[in-house]
Amino acid sequence: MKGFMSALGDGAVIAKRNLIKIIRVPEVLVFVLISPIMFVLLFAYVFGSSIDIPGGSYREFLIAGIFAQTVVFGATFTGAGLAEDMQKGIIDRFRSLPMSRSAVIVGRTASDVVYNVLSLVIMGLTGLLVGWRINNGVVDALAAFGLLLLFAYAMSWIMAYVGLMVPSVEVVNNASFMVIFPMTFVANTFVPSDNLPSALRTFAEWNPVSAVTQAARELFGNIPPGTPEPTVWPLQNPEIYTLGWVVVIIAVFAPLSVHRYKTMRASR
Amino acid sequence: MIVEARGLVKTYKEVVALAGLDLAVAEGTVLGLLGPNGAGKTTAVSILTTLLKPDSGSATVAGADVLADPHEVRKRIGLSGQYAAVDETLTGYENLDMIGRLYHLGRERSRLRARELLERFDLADAADRPVKTYSGGMRRRLDLAGALVAESPVLFLDEPTTGLDPRSRTELWAIIRDLVYRGRTLLLTTQYLEEADQLCDDIVVIDHGREIAHGTSDELKRMVGGERIEVTLPHPHDLERAKAALAPIAVGEIQVDQATRTLLVPIAGGAQVLTDGLRRLDTENIELSDVMLRRPTLDDVFLSLTGHHVEEGTTAEVTP
Repeated sequence: MKGFMSALGDGAVIAKRNLIKIIRVPEVLVFVLISPIMFVLLFAYVFGSSIDIPGGSYREFLIAGIFAQTVVFGATFTGAGLAEDMQKGIIDRFRSLPMSRSAVIVGRTASDVVYNVLSLVIMGLTGLLVGWRINNGVVDALAAFGLLLLFAYAMSWIMAYVGLMVPSVEVVNNASFMVIFPMTFVANTFVPSDNLPSALRTFAEWNPVSAVTQAARELFGNIPPGTPEPTVWPLQNPEIYTLGWVVVIIAVFAPLSVHRYKTMRASR
Repeated sequence: MIVEARGLVKTYKEVVALAGLDLAVAEGTVLGLLGPNGAGKTTAVSILTTLLKPDSGSATVAGADVLADPHEVRKRIGLSGQYAAVDETLTGYENLDMIGRLYHLGRERSRLRARELLERFDLADAADRPVKTYSGGMRRRLDLAGALVAESPVLFLDEPTTGLDPRSRTELWAIIRDLVYRGRTLLLTTQYLEEADQLCDDIVVIDHGREIAHGTSDELKRMVGGERIEVTLPHPHDLERAKAALAPIAVGEIQVDQATRTLLVPIAGGAQVLTDGLRRLDTENIELSDVMLRRPTLDDVFLSLTGHHVEEGTTAEVTP
């Protein structure tokens, strides 16, 4: 219990430090917030005119997918931030202090939630401008945002591990693109997964990114009337399936990342 | 002994960073770990500060075992690294305040301590500027201040002045002397013989991860000799004659470097002896192109102790 409290206390100190950095280098924030706007506009206007959703509007269908993709990409910041701290020798300083051994990662994953909240707000507003609507009430909508943030938080722990394993920020970025692009595209994020060829379709149906997207779509009330019910369990129970993944990911990657932090070689 | 290490061994793949190093530092004294790049200095400090586990060997710091009780060790030490590990985007004040909080000093004491240290290290005016606007010397002082936040009894300073200009170096030396005056125990690593001479009570010279000499600054100087006269000649055939002419004033073996046509003469007595030497060369009618009186360097130490020059980059200092 004492260990848990000091992880939170020290984690808060680290998170505060990361947030100060966000304010000091606002350029990063600008990019974080502009790229989701760009995504919403690009997909809404470029694909929106050629992708047909029977009985509904593509823009409504699309937004939950973009939310999911953007928050998953946000996890890259976690890995990049840790890799940068390692490169600059600051992790060595932290490791020589009598602080909790999980605090650096706890603080980092926590401060990165702020990025995701900001980008969800910006994307939501942009979405509303181009015709997206919340049709199921505020409580469901908040549940949808909560689920997206939880899933993103779990993804942060995966990227934290990656960030502590690789030698530089560039490697984090490249590695995460290789994983995150297929994860977010071979899914129901931008097109209904029913249209995919069979192998990809199976992947998409069991892909947790599909589940979180499906859950958000349902909670926002963005499933067009007359859409056939999903035929696989993960998409029939997307909330539970997503939460299951969140628990499993954190249960696996939190101990892995902390172990890595404890045992890694001094960076210089 | 407040810091004690026995038989530290650390190997990276094929590179031996430490090959059985023993260290002992008495309370309130300064131990200098002197050696070239890649000698194993940073590895030794990393092990003693719990950043790295040795392959074998044991160590205690301030009564706590480095391997069995690393958390207790961390409470009792301060570390200042070779590369100023401070956060560039934070201000000097924010850096120190954060470190105080992570030492669990509490909000009030962390703030107070941060302001106090900034004042003492002459950084008060720059306290609220991001560290990236600081000069190299200012960063180093801030990094050192970071090691002092918790008033830990034992401090580890890994190459505290490497890369600094002479003025910043002298300033940092004054700060370090003051720390010792206040009763701290210090282990510092350096590549500069002069720095070890200025600051350390006890010096361990290491090379390839093992000790090659150990003693006080005076004992080491007796082994290495004092100042050197470096004589460069225009004609290589004069080298032997010059060596013979200078033999009476040398206090150790005269080194002859054919390639650079240079003689290195260890002497005792400074400028007076230099004048004597020049007179002897003049009597022999030996032409000179350059003469220099200088203090011994790390390279001279190696030459005297091992018979070879410092080999740069033969072993990698901990790199990822």
